[in-house]
Amino acid sequence: MNTESENHNLIELAGIAKAYGMGAYAMHALRGIDLHIDKGEFVAVMGPSGSGKSTCMNILGCLDTPTSGTYLFNGIEVGALSRDQRALLRRNYLGFVFQGFNLLNRTSALENVELPLIYRGASARERHRRGREALEAVGLTGWESHTPSELSGGQQQRVAIARAVVIEPEVLMADEPTGNLDSTCSREIMELLCAFNKERGITIVMVTHDLEMALYAQRTIRFLDGLIDSEEPNGVKLS
Amino acid sequence: MIWQTILLALRAIRRNVLRSSLTILGIVIGVAAVITMVTLGDGATAQVTADISRLGSNMLQVRPGQGFHGPGGTRSTADMFEVDDAEAISREIFGLEAVAPTASRSQQAIYGNKNWSTSVMGTTNAYLQVRDWDLESGRQFTEGELRSGRTVCILGSTVRDELFGDQDPLGATIRLQRLSCQVIGVLKSKGQTGFGHDQDDIVMIPLRTLQRRIAGSNDVDALYVSAQEGISTNAIKEDIERLMRERRRIAPGEDDDFHVRDMQEIVSTLTSTTRVLTGLLGAVAAVSLLVGGIGIMNIMLVSVTERTREIGTRLAIGALEREVLMQFLIEAVVLSSFGGLFGIILGLLAAAAGAHVLGMPFVLNSGIVAIAVVFSAAVGMIFGYFPARKAARLDPIEALRHE
Repeated sequence: MNTESENHNLIELAGIAKAYGMGAYAMHALRGIDLHIDKGEFVAVMGPSGSGKSTCMNILGCLDTPTSGTYLFNGIEVGALSRDQRALLRRNYLGFVFQGFNLLNRTSALENVELPLIYRGASARERHRRGREALEAVGLTGWESHTPSELSGGQQQRVAIARAVVIEPEVLMADEPTGNLDSTCSREIMELLCAFNKERGITIVMVTHDLEMALYAQRTIRFLDGLIDSEEPNGVKLS
Repeated sequence: MIWQTILLALRAIRRNVLRSSLTILGIVIGVAAVITMVTLGDGATAQVTADISRLGSNMLQVRPGQGFHGPGGTRSTADMFEVDDAEAISREIFGLEAVAPTASRSQQAIYGNKNWSTSVMGTTNAYLQVRDWDLESGRQFTEGELRSGRTVCILGSTVRDELFGDQDPLGATIRLQRLSCQVIGVLKSKGQTGFGHDQDDIVMIPLRTLQRRIAGSNDVDALYVSAQEGISTNAIKEDIERLMRERRRIAPGEDDDFHVRDMQEIVSTLTSTTRVLTGLLGAVAAVSLLVGGIGIMNIMLVSVTERTREIGTRLAIGALEREVLMQFLIEAVVLSSFGGLFGIILGLLAAAAGAHVLGMPFVLNSGIVAIAVVFSAAVGMIFGYFPARKAARLDPIEALRHE
């Protein structure tokens, strides 16, 4: 990506629409979205089920392509990219945190964190070093060799966050990261995300149902019926 | 890049040892079956060849009738030979070591209260020379005994064992139905032929004795001829055929009413039989290899379904379609190669045990081992491809949502 992109918005959506199916029976998940996200922002995405926020996240995460409209990521038109090119874009610029953690079973925490580095072709030594650093950053030093089944939900989500940030992504896409966690764990996870946002400047886009979690973000975007209903900065932060 | 993918595949295999070992079970059994069958088949062929060379590779048999009937096979109505034929052959054909006229009858051999059904062969000392058969004890027939048809006999070791046990038979008198015969010698054991016929189950008496006292005719059933060292049995075969056609007055264009066969013919008949058998068993075993391959495909498909979320995660964090394809393909190939390896070890062990039990030589056929290695890898490749492609083409969003 070119260096001039510093001046651009990191993410620019213009007239994004997504329809599933054809003709009269088409289901319009998104009906024309315009959205800008700056580099270093922490954005919360809210809205009821079926409001289109998940579809929007998939498009933002380059997992899906819009039916119409343009998506510029760092100045690059994502809609024009092939499946493999989008995979490479995810590999190099995006980190994902899921509600269900999605760690590999029977695989140690360290190996889970190293997984994206394997696809980036890092040497074993570099993988171990960066993997350990990432686990340390999420406060899991000493848990490297534990498998997901030996970790609590909060710890598993920390491993997932370590896996997402180990590649030093531009954007971290978090899809209800606290959805499966209790409130104490949830707050810890949110504080961790805030720390990565502030200290490393990682842009974070987070879907959540929980207003309390949304307030950790700098801005909340509300979806309703496939459109952006409201977009407002969060004044007061709880932290 | 390839190395990384192999690493990923190995990790995935190591993560689920039980599933992996069950997956390769089919391949292990298939490869082991093929290796065992082919190795045992090769052992059998080697043994048959060894048996034939024990019969004497420079030997020819001349029998009346056409074609190859085998021992105890059907006799044709063609005229029998006579002693003159044997004399003519030894007189007129160059390069012969010995010519033995023989005639055989089945008889009960009786000694004391022991009774044994055996084959009584009337022949001359030349037969022992043709068959390269030595005496264990005693002596051969004398000229006088042969000429006047005396009642003396030489026993095969089976007959000796059956009638005399541990006793010394030399000088004893056995009865061949009404005929009393003095034992003058015992043959060394020659064992079974490739047909499973016990060559030691024999009593030899002078040809004239058999003709006069048992058969009641001057017929000769077969002529055994041996060639001198370095003389082609093929050339001798042609010479004998020419001579016998002349003697039996067969017009040009008419078929022979006798048959000359050399050991080459018997060797090729027997080896082709064992080869067909080996091929057949190998083919049956190959089917189990195929089934093993389908087993791999099955488990890999189940594995893809079971690991849908994992594949979705990999795709989300930036794995390319071909990387996922390669990972699953390499998993399948590595698994089936392991299976092949275990199968080879198991198959060779089973073949060695089988050869030991059956008393056959253990012949290691490196060709079939190489084929097994290549084939098991290919099975992994072919049957792993479909599940691997299925995995690689998953939609990451769908895959991540999969429960």
